[in-house]
Amino acid sequence: MSTPKEKPLYISIKTDLPYAYSAGRPLSRFLVALRDEAKILASRCNQCSYVLVPPRAFCTQCHKLTPELVEVGPRGTLETFSVINFPFIDPFTGLERPVPYGYGIIKLDGCDNLLPHFLDISDHTKLAIGQRVEAVFEEKENRTTALTDIKHFRVLI
Amino acid sequence: MGERVAIIASGQTNHCSKRTDVNIPEMIQEAVDRALLQANLTLDDIDAVVIGNMEHFEGINLSDMWASEGAGSVMKPAMKIATGGTTGASVAACAYYHCASGLFDTVLAIGWEKLSESDPTGGIITAFDPIVERLTLAGAVGGLAIEATAYMKTYDVPEEVFALAAVRSRKNAKRNPHAHLKLDLTVQQVLDTPYIAYPLHYLDMCPASDGACAVIMASEKRAKDLCPKPAWIDAVVCRHNHAWIGDISFGKNSTLESAAVEAYKIAGITNPLEELNVIELYDPASYTQVSWLEYLHLCEMGQGRRLVEDGVTAFEGKLPVNPSGGVVSTNPIGATALIRVAEASLQIQGRADERQVDGVQRAMATGFGGSYWNEVFILSA
Repeated sequence: MSTPKEKPLYISIKTDLPYAYSAGRPLSRFLVALRDEAKILASRCNQCSYVLVPPRAFCTQCHKLTPELVEVGPRGTLETFSVINFPFIDPFTGLERPVPYGYGIIKLDGCDNLLPHFLDISDHTKLAIGQRVEAVFEEKENRTTALTDIKHFRVLI
Repeated sequence: MGERVAIIASGQTNHCSKRTDVNIPEMIQEAVDRALLQANLTLDDIDAVVIGNMEHFEGINLSDMWASEGAGSVMKPAMKIATGGTTGASVAACAYYHCASGLFDTVLAIGWEKLSESDPTGGIITAFDPIVERLTLAGAVGGLAIEATAYMKTYDVPEEVFALAAVRSRKNAKRNPHAHLKLDLTVQQVLDTPYIAYPLHYLDMCPASDGACAVIMASEKRAKDLCPKPAWIDAVVCRHNHAWIGDISFGKNSTLESAAVEAYKIAGITNPLEELNVIELYDPASYTQVSWLEYLHLCEMGQGRRLVEDGVTAFEGKLPVNPSGGVVSTNPIGATALIRVAEASLQIQGRADERQVDGVQRAMATGFGGSYWNEVFILSA
């Protein structure tokens, strides 16, 4: 018979679940422009003029289709930020995400919404809301058609 | 308008970091059994079941099916609700809709989570856009940290005020046998823990808990037969925001404000600070007990710190917030928002034992989740 002191079993199960996602046309154009031209594209609504990055097929404000893409950034303003300092498994890699890292919410020049991205924290004392920042692109040969083709944002002095 | 609905009973497990002694259906059974015991009912008296937990967390799909014996839903109408951090509140809302529709007289609402068998940060990250937003998001911790940074800057509120709220919550938790973190702390001890994500210290954040909660609701005619003092549900309001983090204006919990304003209107409340007697706030981090009070219109914007520093929201204060210890003390995520509703109902029913606030006639409970999904409940005696 079992007793309260009996140690329960833990059965470990490892699962590998690979996925592939459709990026949609506007986000595909955004990723290709990052990779080939180091340009940041956004969608601009013909009806309400709202500018969204990354670009969307339809406007989040008025629900109309947004076929027009415009170039924004690469500079912007730091809207808010954190420095992430706890260990966790990154669903992208299945490995621990390297910490600490800067997590920035950036209002790119010309945009109405915000872009979350990594912040260069080599001098974290310069991080402040309202601080001007700039996209630092990955070297062309290292780009992988991903948001990481922007390496991070760095603080402008 | 639907029919009038009340909460007649609830049950909770004793939440902790790791329930090694039970598997998930066994843990759920414990909460359900306690709710039935309090109601003096059996499963035969239950017309329908609503259950929920966080998708992806334990890696179990169709958890409504998998947990059916523990939930008591065999041979009954049952449905699963999964809405992230608000899951427990959405489960309660769904059970309310079942009764209010007139189609069911007694509905069992269940929320559960075994975070010791989960990957909460990874699970939350997978709720966000896979190509753009997962890259940098650090789960709930990261999302809350950036809001706290914005709040501190906008209203010039120091970390000490947040720490004070965290200290009080863990002290309140000592009154609650179901709470996870029951601690005597000082503000300095909170501030001495490292930043988990600037500006939040480890002890500013909620724990990861194992636990389950069950709430039994009944239509008006059944509630009056079954329960000497039902907790009537006056208002249930839900608001969503944009799905992408970058599409939300930071430092503004506009969904909570909109839901609260609508709930006050439905419940006929014009001055919530005077008319509410207790709040069970979904407070995933300490600063929310300062900032989010402002969106509930309990004070002017930026003045939430006054409510905390002056003791208005303390256990002995004019409007106690989280006498149970709140989320900062206990967080089995899929159950967490349902625990807020259950605790509010216990306060109305006078069943909250050592954590009972005197003379509660009206109580509020909230639920919060990813992308500023907010739910507000108002209960009355």
